[in-house]
Amino acid sequence: MSLITISEWLLLLSFFLYVAATIVYVLAITGRRWANREPKEHEQRYGRAGFYLVVVGFLAQLGYVIARWIAGGHSPTSNMFEFMTFLSFCIILAFLIIYRIYRLTVLGVFVIPTGIIMLAYASVFPSKVTPLIPALKSYWLHIHVTTAALGEGILAVGFAAGLMYLVRTVPQERPSKSTAWLEIVLVVVLMLVGFILMVSTFANLDQKTVFQVPQFDSSGNVEKTLEVEYLLPAVVAPYQSTIITPGPMTPWFEAPAWMEGQDAARKLNTMLWSIISGLVLYGLFRLVLRKRLGAVLKPLLDDIEPDLLDEISYRAIAIGYPVFTLGALIFAMIWAAEAWGRFWGWDPKEVWALIVWLFYSAYLHLRLSRGWMGTRSAWMSVIGFVIILITLVVVNLVIAGLHSYAGV
Amino acid sequence: MGKQNRMFIRVAILGVLLAALVFAVYSSLASDSVLKAGDAAPNFQLEQLGGGSITLNDLRGKGVVLNFWGSWCKPCEAEMPELEKQYQKHKDDGVVFIGVNIGQTPVTVETFVKQVGVTFPILLDREREITKLYKIGPIPTTYFIDKDGKITDILVVQLTEEMIEEKLAKIMP
Amino acid sequence: MADQRKCECGHTNPVGTVLCEFCGKPVEENGDRAFPSMRYEGMARRSQTHNKTLVDHVWNFFSSVKIAIILIVITLIAAAVGTIFPQQRYIPVPVSGESGVAAFYKDTYGMLGEIYYLLGFHKLYSSWWFVTLLVMIGMSLVICSLDRIVPLYKALSKPRVNPHLSFLKGQRLRGECEPGSDFAADETLAQAAAILKKKGYRIYREGSTLLGEKARFSRWGPYVNHIGLILFLLGVLLRGLPGMYLDEFIWVREGQTVAVPETPYYLKNVEYKTEYYREDEFPEQLDLENRLIPKNFQTDAVLYVNENADLPGAEPKLREVKSGSITVNNPFVYEDLYLYQASNQEMQLAALNFTLIDKQAGNKELGRVKLDLYEPEQEQVVAEGITVRVISYFPDFYMDESGQPATRTSQPNNPMFAVEVRSAQDGAAEKMIYVSGRIIPESEGGRYTLQIEMPDFTDITGLMVRKDKMLPLIYFGSFVVMVGLVMGFYWQHRRIWLHLEQGRLYLAGHTNKNWFGLKREAEFLVEQLALPMSLVLDSKSKNSAAENKTKEEEKPT
Repeated sequence: MSLITISEWLLLLSFFLYVAATIVYVLAITGRRWANREPKEHEQRYGRAGFYLVVVGFLAQLGYVIARWIAGGHSPTSNMFEFMTFLSFCIILAFLIIYRIYRLTVLGVFVIPTGIIMLAYASVFPSKVTPLIPALKSYWLHIHVTTAALGEGILAVGFAAGLMYLVRTVPQERPSKSTAWLEIVLVVVLMLVGFILMVSTFANLDQKTVFQVPQFDSSGNVEKTLEVEYLLPAVVAPYQSTIITPGPMTPWFEAPAWMEGQDAARKLNTMLWSIISGLVLYGLFRLVLRKRLGAVLKPLLDDIEPDLLDEISYRAIAIGYPVFTLGALIFAMIWAAEAWGRFWGWDPKEVWALIVWLFYSAYLHLRLSRGWMGTRSAWMSVIGFVIILITLVVVNLVIAGLHSYAGV
Repeated sequence: MGKQNRMFIRVAILGVLLAALVFAVYSSLASDSVLKAGDAAPNFQLEQLGGGSITLNDLRGKGVVLNFWGSWCKPCEAEMPELEKQYQKHKDDGVVFIGVNIGQTPVTVETFVKQVGVTFPILLDREREITKLYKIGPIPTTYFIDKDGKITDILVVQLTEEMIEEKLAKIMP
Repeated sequence: MADQRKCECGHTNPVGTVLCEFCGKPVEENGDRAFPSMRYEGMARRSQTHNKTLVDHVWNFFSSVKIAIILIVITLIAAAVGTIFPQQRYIPVPVSGESGVAAFYKDTYGMLGEIYYLLGFHKLYSSWWFVTLLVMIGMSLVICSLDRIVPLYKALSKPRVNPHLSFLKGQRLRGECEPGSDFAADETLAQAAAILKKKGYRIYREGSTLLGEKARFSRWGPYVNHIGLILFLLGVLLRGLPGMYLDEFIWVREGQTVAVPETPYYLKNVEYKTEYYREDEFPEQLDLENRLIPKNFQTDAVLYVNENADLPGAEPKLREVKSGSITVNNPFVYEDLYLYQASNQEMQLAALNFTLIDKQAGNKELGRVKLDLYEPEQEQVVAEGITVRVISYFPDFYMDESGQPATRTSQPNNPMFAVEVRSAQDGAAEKMIYVSGRIIPESEGGRYTLQIEMPDFTDITGLMVRKDKMLPLIYFGSFVVMVGLVMGFYWQHRRIWLHLEQGRLYLAGHTNKNWFGLKREAEFLVEQLALPMSLVLDSKSKNSAAENKTKEEEKPT
């Protein structure tokens, strides 16, 4: 068995261990009121089991990182698949660190799924081990990307704790603006899940739709035609395209003329499916549970002091912020100076790293100087992580730049 | 610390910061320094088409018309006869006409010069060093330099005889 | 309004003081309002004292954290706007001139693109208003720091060992108990001192009060970090000075030596090569569909210094100073000059090759003719008595409107040569033209012709030329930023007071972050001393409401 195969198995193993850990963590909280139980003892016992599962999963994923590093000859941080798996690895590592400090069982219910979603998201991208192109052949690839990912992983724990604070404190007795916003955040998470489910389902179904797309020059004449392949069923067709290979459904409408890029319409189609599947998932939950999602999650946290959640969220951000600064900005600048001859060039990825940094700077100033704690601070930690995801995902896949090698 | 003292320190610090602001905005806007009328024309030496070389500073005491051109540039081609006519008219009035070709091979330059019928000296800036030195953007660009080596006019336009005549008046010794 | 206020302990404090500098009692008549903020230990901040002249107004504007946050948020939004469409320098296709740029945004992104261009967002990061924003953040950093460092220094340099009772009672973490009549105060305090010392606290003692303090330096973290940012921004600013920063690009053919712009150097491209991964070098079988993955882009180069550089354009006098290879991620460095492998054009036409044929001698091959596209020889001897002379050369040939041959650029994209074959024996001269892969004789029935052979190709390397004398300062600033961040975020300033007054023992604790850690340490202390004391940790939300309230009052009037 080759090292690469071993690494794949280890990664799969860690995925299942994390899923198992999440289930155990949920049982640790929900099972406290089961009959014949001392609630505290129950939570401790299950919490410990969950923690061990996470640790074993983490070790398996560490094994994956090491095996793939050796097999590929470079740190597994060189494309989207490798980066997203590494990010999930860092989120779990950050969880272990923060859990060591606060020993709060319920943290696992929220942080581990965040890591799982990132891991599942990675599976959407091609997972082959590729040799490094010259631009990436530098030891700064290991240093810059791993440190940046670790910082982002710790900030993700800040997000999870902030979200927990909101779930814990937003009153669910009757609908309000706060409940609505909280539901929106949860729906967005479901859309990401929906996207992963759709792509991984259709990747194995071979239900491709192929279009012939005319490309226009500036005076509106057809310059050439391109073939565009959809993995997902086509809801929206490229502008003025014709179907060569029909898929499972006929498109409902055509993309507007200004979406000209070769992949623009395909990306729009994928985005629509994410939204649709997220809404469907949400609808199913509402139908089955007959409650707002926030109200479903709230009992998990009823015993937790909101102040503790606020502190954890802040602490995670306070730990993650310097790491992020070092990895995503300073190391990035040094590498850029060595590879491109300038430490800063306002490349979209650089700009978004700066935006993340400015945002968390504002968070820290508002918190330390203006007394923004609790709810406002929690909302900011959630928004901050959304900006990180924009930086990692949207910038690579939608806005092209020097970092586009990481895209697919 | 007295009020006055504090005031003085604040004014000083704000002054420095304001200067930094002005400098930052200035250097972001004027990213490339340019030569302008009134500046001294930077000295150079270039090989001449057909042999020999010319050093700008050796021409002190005479007015210099320095025309940057390339054979791919149509306005350059169009203004050559105008320059030639003015050259013929004023070559004994203490002014020197010089054409600086930008980066082309002698063969190409020679063909072109014959085609347009130019007789004033043509210099070959093979490395485009002088083109950079004189911050040439669009061509044709023509520098008018007086007898003391000071730039009097920079024209980034296709020249006519009238224009040359007018600017020449200023640099004639 | 008086400039100073007298505390009940008799000490006079500057206006803006929240806690008496001497005894720590809240200075303003708080009544039963919440305890004031502990920021700057209750010291007066400089900007709050006067607010009369324009200078003071400007000063106070920049010293406000609120303004700093607003500046940060505006910068953040502006920076995001600049990524909606590519900046001008990242336009993926070649465009020429301002009109070309305008057309690119309009054609590619439609009306939105046009608006984007018209608003100047295509050069957002060098626009005057964005630069102004960055400098204003710098100003805010300088003034905020100056404004706060002095009072913080004053406060931290003399720890308040024996504060007023209301100060202790007002802390978020506190406890009190009646230890009983057999309580040995001195012994307990000494024991507490030993315990705290073990935990890394520094001990101060005054009468029946004990103060343990730890990691005071972490309070300086934010300021160290801000000083680092100021140094960083200063480095960026100074790059605008002439000679500090150089950004050029050169194309060099193999074998060619070119001047490195704005420096006294010349660079020779000895060889350029691109290497690709072999199939057996892949860690895993890849489905590449005949695509190759590049492994290395490399230029072997020699750097010369021109000792004749004082006179631009003069015949260079070259002396070799360094040779080596340039690859991506490994620039060529000589003193402060950096050369980066940035681009390449491989297999470019370098010279046309021909064989001169004598048709009258039964298509006899007379010899080789080489027409270099960059340095064509005026005349070359092909065989005994036979020369080929170049009459004209158009590197990028086209026919202009008046039917004249012309060149579009100075690059040999479509070379056209007119040559003349001369024979010394019969004095004949025949002209012919090479264009678009064909030989066209001037007149039919000539004696000579050129047979086209395989041309010479060359690789052209594209190198970035950089000098950045401010880089050390920028790196140093970044380093200071990291030191400040680590100081401020990975350590916490903790203080624990134990105070005996009128038979009651009071405990109070304060920290700037991680209250749970502080509480754990205080609990450990109480447990070790076996005190009948239970500790209270106020909810943050209550405390923050109080902080907000005092903040409102902090605003200059």
